[in-house]
Amino acid sequence: MARKTSDNSKVPSNDKASNKIKAKGKNKDNSFLKELWKNKFLYALLVPGIIWFVVFAYVPLVGLIMAFQDFNFVKGIFGSKLIGFKNFEFLFNSKNLWVITWNTVYLNVLFIITGTTVAVFLALIFVEINNKWFKRITQSISILPHFMSWTVVAMFMTAFISTDTGIINKMLMSVGLNQIAFYSDPSVWPVSLVLLKIWQGAGFGTIIYIATIIGFDKEMYEAAQIDGASRLQQVSLLTLPMLRPTIIMLTIFSVGGIFKGDFGMIYAIIGDNPLLYPTTDVIDTFVYRSLRTLGDMGMSTAVGLYQSFIGFLMVLIVNKIAKAVEPDSAIF
Amino acid sequence: MEQIKTVKETKKIKKIKKKLHKQDMILDIIIYSVVIIFCYLCIVPFLVVLSASFTDELALVQNGYRLWPSKFSTEAYKIVFSTDKMFNAYKVTIFTTVVGTFISMVFTVAMAYPLSVKSLKYRGQISLFVYFTMLFGGGLVPSYLLVSKYLNMKNNIWVLIIPTMLSAWNMFMLRNFFNSIPPDLAESAKIDGANDVTILLKIILPISVPGIATIGLFYGLGYWNAWFNAMLYISKSELYPLQYLIMNILRNIQFMAEMADKTGMSVGNLPSNSLKMATTVLTIGPMIFVYPFIQKYFTSGMMVGAIKG
Repeated sequence: MARKTSDNSKVPSNDKASNKIKAKGKNKDNSFLKELWKNKFLYALLVPGIIWFVVFAYVPLVGLIMAFQDFNFVKGIFGSKLIGFKNFEFLFNSKNLWVITWNTVYLNVLFIITGTTVAVFLALIFVEINNKWFKRITQSISILPHFMSWTVVAMFMTAFISTDTGIINKMLMSVGLNQIAFYSDPSVWPVSLVLLKIWQGAGFGTIIYIATIIGFDKEMYEAAQIDGASRLQQVSLLTLPMLRPTIIMLTIFSVGGIFKGDFGMIYAIIGDNPLLYPTTDVIDTFVYRSLRTLGDMGMSTAVGLYQSFIGFLMVLIVNKIAKAVEPDSAIF
Repeated sequence: MEQIKTVKETKKIKKIKKKLHKQDMILDIIIYSVVIIFCYLCIVPFLVVLSASFTDELALVQNGYRLWPSKFSTEAYKIVFSTDKMFNAYKVTIFTTVVGTFISMVFTVAMAYPLSVKSLKYRGQISLFVYFTMLFGGGLVPSYLLVSKYLNMKNNIWVLIIPTMLSAWNMFMLRNFFNSIPPDLAESAKIDGANDVTILLKIILPISVPGIATIGLFYGLGYWNAWFNAMLYISKSELYPLQYLIMNILRNIQFMAEMADKTGMSVGNLPSNSLKMATTVLTIGPMIFVYPFIQKYFTSGMMVGAIKG
């Protein structure tokens, strides 16, 4: 079905393109037409992809008008009433926006700091292992959690955090401590989410660092050994300083996404549990919930636009910083 | 005199070496134990879930989750297999993974190759057009409205494929891979009269197998693990993919009731905990099975992305 439609959509757009060529070629210089004709096969290959990006990435931008509307699902985008910045006024005056923005940024900062530290630490350790067989197996195992979806991870979690039967609470009880009420105590979640993120992503995060370290000049290490540097000294005086640019660049880029909450992780694990919102509700989960339960699409769009906008600014800023730190590494 | 000095010095060096050797031993012990502990933590959840899925429900509730079943039972699997829920979800997931990956690759290759041809005049503008979508988007609500209201794709299996079938990131990674192919190959074929499509199919694709495999696996893993679109657009339970089925079981939404209905048990008698674990095991089983064969492609793919991302 869908393949058929995509094939069909390809044909009219080709006609359109050739119409355009005819129209343009007559009055202006025909270098545009010439270029299209010369590389007609290449441009034809591009057409399906371009159509997809127009429909699924650019058309939704039109929908951002909803942020300025008192949107009504039945009347649609073109029938709903424009109300200016009212949605935003309401948002900026409500407490919710600041809570979810804070949670999003706070959790992401925690993820970036802990994730980078653990990944670098593990990478330093992995490259010190000489036994190839041991190295390969342990590396494979440490990457495995990255291949699990967050819904699967959420299932894993129940085995650990359930009241009475969960492993963590069983262990706490066996040493005479109180249980942790994971499902009702919001204060334990920032740490829990950080640990989960490390469990899921740290092994995968080592890949880049390991490859970078392996690429370092071997002769330097040999010279250091001749001078009597211990392995710890080699790590602290050679490897870490040389790894610094990579660490800084990767960190800067992850800062670019600091306003994007990890919806997959948080929604799969927390779900719709209002008791835990104070520390776990991020912008993305808030938008989803207000779409699903409140049904206020104008308001949800306004939150989404707010997020896209500051996220975009953040990427621009980060790119500027990256350019200043290391000119080659800027994205654009 | 001098001889004594050198003897002394070699003794000193030997001493230092001995000390270093001892340090090395201690360091190695620390390193190996840290790695072993981390790997143990990585793998324990898998073992606990596997063990719980084979544990008798009553024993599970009484003794809690353990690394080894306190009382062995296959009851949970029997119940899972007595309905067609799991089977249906497998069908949906396999369909979206296989067909979705294929369609994604066709579209991605068709876009990445022209953008890697240096002589294409507008490739800069088109790249920017795609790149912008990575920086700024309409967000969830406009996309939801587009797909559900204007494209009317709710409860259609293609909604699990089409809205997410292209990834700008993957496209650029594949383009970078094509960029590394020497352009002389295509140029000489062009002089021989081959057109660009023939060049792509006959020359570029055969030598790009590693890159294609890597990107294909990225897409494949994405489809296999996807549940968000199912949550948004699918309400018919026979169209649930595996990952969303699990989510439903976890939240106990309608699922347990339907299970009870089909097996003729009351909801209270269903072994709900071990049932959850059994479905989890069945969901990750295929992934664990293929993991050793596909892992290296992801590792190398990360490298390509890191070098020029």
